[in-house]
Amino acid sequence: MTTRADHPKTRQVFEYAPGSEYLDDPVQGELMHLNVGPQHPATHGVLRLEVDLDGETMHNVVPVVGYLHRGKEKTCETLGWHKFFPHTDRLDYVQPLLNNTAYALACEELAGIEVPERGQVVRVLLMEISRIAAHLIYLGTTAIDLGAVSIFFATFKEREKIYTLLDAYSGHRMNNTYIRIGGVFADVEESVAQLFDEFLDQFPAAIDGFETFLTGNRIWHDRNRDVGVITREDALAWALTGPNLRGSGVERDLRKVRPYSGYETYDFEVPVGTVGDCYDRYLVRIEEMRQSTRIAKQALARLATTKGADVIAEDRRYVLPPKDRVHSSMEELIYQFKVVTDLRLPKGEAYHAVESSKGELGFYVVSDGSSNPVRCHIRGPGLYNVQAIPLLAEGRLFSDMMAIIGSLDFVMGEVDR
Amino acid sequence: MGSLKPVEEQTDSGFFATKVDWLVNWGRKNSLWPMPLGLSCCGIELMAMIGPKFDIARFGAEAARFSPRQCDLLIVAGTLTWKMAQAARTIYDQMPEPKWVIAMGVCSSSGGMYDSYAVVQGVDSILPVDVYVPGCPPRPDAVIDAILKLQKKIERESPMKTLFEGPEVHDERGTGLLEFQPNRGLVKTDLDLHPHDPRARAAEREETSP
Amino acid sequence: MSSHHTPAHVAGHTASKARADGLLAAFEPRPVATRCGTPSYVVAREVVHDALAALRAGGYEVLSFITAVDRLSIADGRVPQGRARFLLVHQIEVLDTAEAVRVETELTEADATAPTVTDLWPGASFMEREVYDMFGIRFDGHPNLTRLLMPDGYGHHPLRKEFPHQGIEPDRLYREWDERRRAQDPSVPPEEQAPSPFQRR
Repeated sequence: MTTRADHPKTRQVFEYAPGSEYLDDPVQGELMHLNVGPQHPATHGVLRLEVDLDGETMHNVVPVVGYLHRGKEKTCETLGWHKFFPHTDRLDYVQPLLNNTAYALACEELAGIEVPERGQVVRVLLMEISRIAAHLIYLGTTAIDLGAVSIFFATFKEREKIYTLLDAYSGHRMNNTYIRIGGVFADVEESVAQLFDEFLDQFPAAIDGFETFLTGNRIWHDRNRDVGVITREDALAWALTGPNLRGSGVERDLRKVRPYSGYETYDFEVPVGTVGDCYDRYLVRIEEMRQSTRIAKQALARLATTKGADVIAEDRRYVLPPKDRVHSSMEELIYQFKVVTDLRLPKGEAYHAVESSKGELGFYVVSDGSSNPVRCHIRGPGLYNVQAIPLLAEGRLFSDMMAIIGSLDFVMGEVDR
Repeated sequence: MGSLKPVEEQTDSGFFATKVDWLVNWGRKNSLWPMPLGLSCCGIELMAMIGPKFDIARFGAEAARFSPRQCDLLIVAGTLTWKMAQAARTIYDQMPEPKWVIAMGVCSSSGGMYDSYAVVQGVDSILPVDVYVPGCPPRPDAVIDAILKLQKKIERESPMKTLFEGPEVHDERGTGLLEFQPNRGLVKTDLDLHPHDPRARAAEREETSP
Repeated sequence: MSSHHTPAHVAGHTASKARADGLLAAFEPRPVATRCGTPSYVVAREVVHDALAALRAGGYEVLSFITAVDRLSIADGRVPQGRARFLLVHQIEVLDTAEAVRVETELTEADATAPTVTDLWPGASFMEREVYDMFGIRFDGHPNLTRLLMPDGYGHHPLRKEFPHQGIEPDRLYREWDERRRAQDPSVPPEEQAPSPFQRR
């Protein structure tokens, strides 16, 4: 039987009654099995955690996932390459355009086509705006889970501004599906670029506002400092990526290590933590929002200089023809039809990963040259963030669980796919 | 021409009863406390609706208590999978009467874009739904419109009749698909435990050892 | 400038190929061409764990993903000539450069087992559980090989090609049972009709 001595991380707060040192003894044992979820306000979606509690101390946390498994990988095999784009939106649904771009990049690797420069710039702009939106969700939901309710409303106010931007640009507030193989569906017009500019001008002041509330806050420090510490070795061993890895001092950002979409030409820094606790990950994400603003402003400046250029490649085998020509020419109409219903990517396999707000989001696509994909595996970083919950929660108090879940920052659409 | 009876005789309630009905319905419709079953992307739009711009607090519905025992409006926001179906039904059963259900988004209305092996094709397979809101995700304005339509539906109810004659009994709410216990039929276990009870999982693991 | 094959990528691919060739020489790898340029090798199932351990010791510290590919063709129900049905894919990467390598193993349907790599990377636990759940490939030595995404006790492996996209149960199985029940002779008493597939036995 397990005794307290077997759990070295348990902090002994007071003397336990004699005979109760056997934790899982059915008669005298002290472990209570608590089921958290799958419906719970603070598990960031439908995650179920089975926790053995010794008083308030957690042991043996077992995460159970799959409550949002919608069969996306099978769906790609049935639908086809082009029709899968809306499904990629709904993976990590707080940053839809980033997921779209990751999938489009993997398909472009297979197809071997080139995205024009202006298309890459628009993609970078949209990706960074999506990253900001995702980190705002992180901040709002983690803060409200730890009791700071007003931050939730403040971050959602900023998110509404982003929604207004994306609504003006693409017609949808979220789940935009505005990226296509070969580029972007439509160009960013002057008026829309103006809106982006206004948002990005006022956004650093908003981040300053969040930091005023939280960064020096005694309660935030007490809840987050030295909670959920991930060491460098653990982070690499548990396949963590993104801010979870960078918070532990590992400087790995796919935008710098294996750049894509022209990221090597942008001027930005990658924030890295030191201790690896929840507070470090919070600081990393705040700074990433600032750096994303910086990159997005550079992208907007490039948009101003490349006016009139194409935003999507011209390759009738894989890329949709321009809509005005589709409406007037028979051949273009047929190409459009074939791309949507019968897109054939060349035989082979490819993997492409992007740096999403949660970590390394990658698509491993295998094609045999027919119109039915052989395999589309989605490497969602959220699944491995969830996998790290038992590691961080062992021996901690139960109230730290919400800080740990919030700081690991996963979205169940990507965990379960 | 059929017999035309005065309204009071038709519904078998008098002037006083209809006024009490109106008052009770007015109270209920203006304090619909939502139970957000935020399963996926629609949950984000649900949060945006509770947020500052769309603000369902205007309709008395900002008290989103996450305990079903304290709510009367279940908003199923997101895709319901077969793995989650039992939990969703349990939450619905735990809500006290009167209760209403809004199926937010196409995934909960009809399965949405997911006609796959893991997705329930519409939450009305397992729950009775009052208002369906299409959209993927629906704008928060659309869900507020659904709440307004639900308020109009509540105005037409007759709580005095329920008080005196008892509630209408719906045995087979939904199509009864859940009575057949999806995915449980394959498990050979003699224990009749709640699905979330760990002893059931341990028994399943022993029987169907992988 | 190619957006996919930037100088960093190309340098990474070349360096990775040189490094991986050296580390994998003892394991008789068969190179596979990929369209993303990442060096990719097929090794035998018996040596895949040691190959990955050697690569890890040689600098490939980051485990990117583990997944499998079912190469059964739905059109003719057969596997491509001379190939095994399943291809188990591991991708691992170097931490601070663009070097990556993909190690693949072929597994037949009759003997779909592979060694686990959870001793090298504990984070492979969920990855292998997902492969088991979706394909039915078992991993020897895995600490907790249970289903991850589908409910415990689910009887099928969804990503296998013969599994229908819309699923088999519960609703489809129920519908098919219901149709059979309705199609049966009404003169047959209910006890002798086909039992419900959902009845507890």
